[in-house]
Amino acid sequence: MENRLNAKSVTNFLSNNAIILLIALLAVVVGIVTDNFFTPGNLKNLVVNVSPRFIIACGVSGCLITKGTDLSAGRQVGLAACLAAMLLQKIDYTARVLVGWPDMPWFVALAIVMVVMAVFGAVNGCVIAFLKVPPFIATLGMQTIVYGLCSVVTGNDPLGGFKMDYSNIALGSLGDWKIFGVQPFAAIPFFRAIPYLAIFALLVGLFMWFLYNKTRHGKYMYAIGGNESAAQVAGVNVSATLIRIYMLAAALYALGGFLIGAKAGGASTATGFGYELEAIAACTIGGVSTNGGVGKVGGILIGVMVFEVLKICLQFLRVDPAYTFIAQGLVIIVAVALDLRKYLAKK
Amino acid sequence: MSEYRLEMCDVVKSFPGVKALNHAQLKLRPGTVHALMGENGAGKSTLMKCMFGIYHMDEGEVIYEGQKVQIKGPLDALHRGIAMVHQELQPIPERSIGENIYVGRYPTRRIGPIVTIDHDKMYEDAAKVLKEVHLDFDPKAKLGSLSVSQMQLVEIAKAVSAECKVLILDEPTSSLTAAEVEALFTIVNELRDKGVSIVYISHKMDEILRISDEVTIMRDGQYIGTWEAKGLTTDFIITKMVGRELSNLYPHRENVPGEVVFEVEDFTSINPKSFRHASFNVRKGEILGVAGLVGAQRTELMEGLFGLRCHSAGKITYNGRELKINQPKDAINNGIAMLTEDRRATGILGVLSIADNVSIASLNQYLIGGIVLDDKKIEQLVQDNVAKLSIKTPSSKTLIQSLSGGNQQKVLISRWLANDPDIFILDEPTRGIDVGAKYEIYCIIAALAKQGKSVIMISSEMSELIGMSDRIMVMCDGRVTGFIDGAEANQENIMALATQFE
Repeated sequence: MENRLNAKSVTNFLSNNAIILLIALLAVVVGIVTDNFFTPGNLKNLVVNVSPRFIIACGVSGCLITKGTDLSAGRQVGLAACLAAMLLQKIDYTARVLVGWPDMPWFVALAIVMVVMAVFGAVNGCVIAFLKVPPFIATLGMQTIVYGLCSVVTGNDPLGGFKMDYSNIALGSLGDWKIFGVQPFAAIPFFRAIPYLAIFALLVGLFMWFLYNKTRHGKYMYAIGGNESAAQVAGVNVSATLIRIYMLAAALYALGGFLIGAKAGGASTATGFGYELEAIAACTIGGVSTNGGVGKVGGILIGVMVFEVLKICLQFLRVDPAYTFIAQGLVIIVAVALDLRKYLAKK
Repeated sequence: MSEYRLEMCDVVKSFPGVKALNHAQLKLRPGTVHALMGENGAGKSTLMKCMFGIYHMDEGEVIYEGQKVQIKGPLDALHRGIAMVHQELQPIPERSIGENIYVGRYPTRRIGPIVTIDHDKMYEDAAKVLKEVHLDFDPKAKLGSLSVSQMQLVEIAKAVSAECKVLILDEPTSSLTAAEVEALFTIVNELRDKGVSIVYISHKMDEILRISDEVTIMRDGQYIGTWEAKGLTTDFIITKMVGRELSNLYPHRENVPGEVVFEVEDFTSINPKSFRHASFNVRKGEILGVAGLVGAQRTELMEGLFGLRCHSAGKITYNGRELKINQPKDAINNGIAMLTEDRRATGILGVLSIADNVSIASLNQYLIGGIVLDDKKIEQLVQDNVAKLSIKTPSSKTLIQSLSGGNQQKVLISRWLANDPDIFILDEPTRGIDVGAKYEIYCIIAALAKQGKSVIMISSEMSELIGMSDRIMVMCDGRVTGFIDGAEANQENIMALATQFE
């Protein structure tokens, strides 16, 4: 392979990264025409917004890499947020839903929510792997089911009154972290400012990178996405791998929903609305191909960041939120179209 | 008007990794049958797909009825009077025969501003066309109710219904019985008398010599020459097709078949039209060839043994131990490997690297602590195989889809070698592979047998089967119809068993 810089390779680079480059350009323009854009505060805002969305996008990436999708992601995030909210309301909160349940530490609640949501993922996976329902339809059905369940569980009432150590997960940063009575990062200026949310995202990112690149599960996932029939011939247990992928995805939505609930200080049936499309768009912008078999964790992170930068830019430009939806929808379609063009050209 | 109805000159067409056509040409006279011959992978089908507008050629021109034309797609070709019967059928089994004949160009009728399909006219016309080719089918019957060979005849009726001036028949007799072949030849002769130019692609020498007026031979995508069919001999055609003496085509084999290790008894598919009551055995260090016509269910039988298809009855024994195989994993764990027929569809993981493609079936061997994959060990495995099988690739990170067919096949063989299986099922191992690379694959197969591996090789190339097998098993219509010793096998005795219909 030659790596010379020529007109063709430049054009290729431009078209393969068109959306990333355009949005970066937009950010520069917005930074120049408005005040307060390139500020530490806005950067922190970006990091806090990116973190849970990155975790959700990591979940959906496995589905996309195996030529599937998960349209139930957003609603699962919502249900997870509501379940976490119910488990972590203050014990003396007057409107507490789970009256009589004990007070529990946040990580126990998180574990419960992740396990519960993983069951939904397992159902998705089984329907896709054994009943051969196309992932688009299977997860669309699940989306509605989860939304309905969420309405039933919450009685359509918004949930609030979280205990402090749950809210602190979203509000706090590494400087506040206390272990054995000391705060090891309190004195280091840069580390002190890193939000807890970013730590969660970092750990998930490292875990996913390891899973995708260093384990059998990862190799099997890419093989199924590259060519499912060939993977089966090579002895890959396609059904088991797909079920694992959808379970892990759901567990990650649960973590994402848990963090989003903490960040918002409340949860309702509306929480998580539209997150599946954001996550799919971010993955596609970041180079996860809807054609299957291709996608890197680093790319997903870039995709999520780019998408969030776009949203912040539109906010700074005071674009009506209604128009923001239109812009986001367009970006999703263009991203997928550009991605598929790469593979069409190869034929 | 020139003496030719259609001329294709200097056609060049490349696919990733292969130059499929390299200055190919073809000149058709009106009212003749023109045979197009060449080995598998010589570029015959590719050239025809260029003529029919399925592929766009990189270079070259098409002159049709004296004018230079550009055929934009199959519909454009049909409008110009060029029709094609494909080697692989594209039937819509759930729709009627009539609809299949007129799909894409249904007769229509206007009801005010609305255009609807004129079903009455369609079925009337379909009945006429079927009669013209001497077929006695109800045009309203579902296409799926016909047999494969009957569908092929419907496909020909479809081409006739287009009132074409050029008709391409790509291996039309591969699944036909002797009587059906006669029927087809009657139709071909009638069309020729009407002035239609017919391109006839086939591997069967006797057919070619009988039906064709002219013969064009291709090799490795190149034009070799055009001759008048009268006076041509089989030997002459084969020499031109192969480009060297037949005796050097296959390596000298030193394998010595030993005791029987693998036995299959009464193996029957759950599908009544597929393989039935198949019984055979394979010896240690033996190459067992599997011959049969298209539709003989050879692939289905082997995929059944490998766990890719379900069986309703049958017993598989390996070294005296009975095997239960319900999915490929079971077969792999019991030391069976299978190279599938369609490399692209069920073999390669196209967008993944060579390293991933080689290691995917044996990842369990490279785990550290049961979890982490040992990248160094995998790289070592890949490098060993690249050297051992002389795979031509820039690096182990190269995507497999950028390699040539022969190298892709070697990568797939490496995938199985990593598991060290004892039984290799090879389904058309040299399909779509250059002549040079074919020889290398043969050498690998011969070496496997010499090491004491048992090889089961399906092939549609008669000479390959005869040249490589210790023994040939012949199938017809889902049944094993007989065995022939490799040394005694010839085209005639294989064909006799392959056409033993019930």
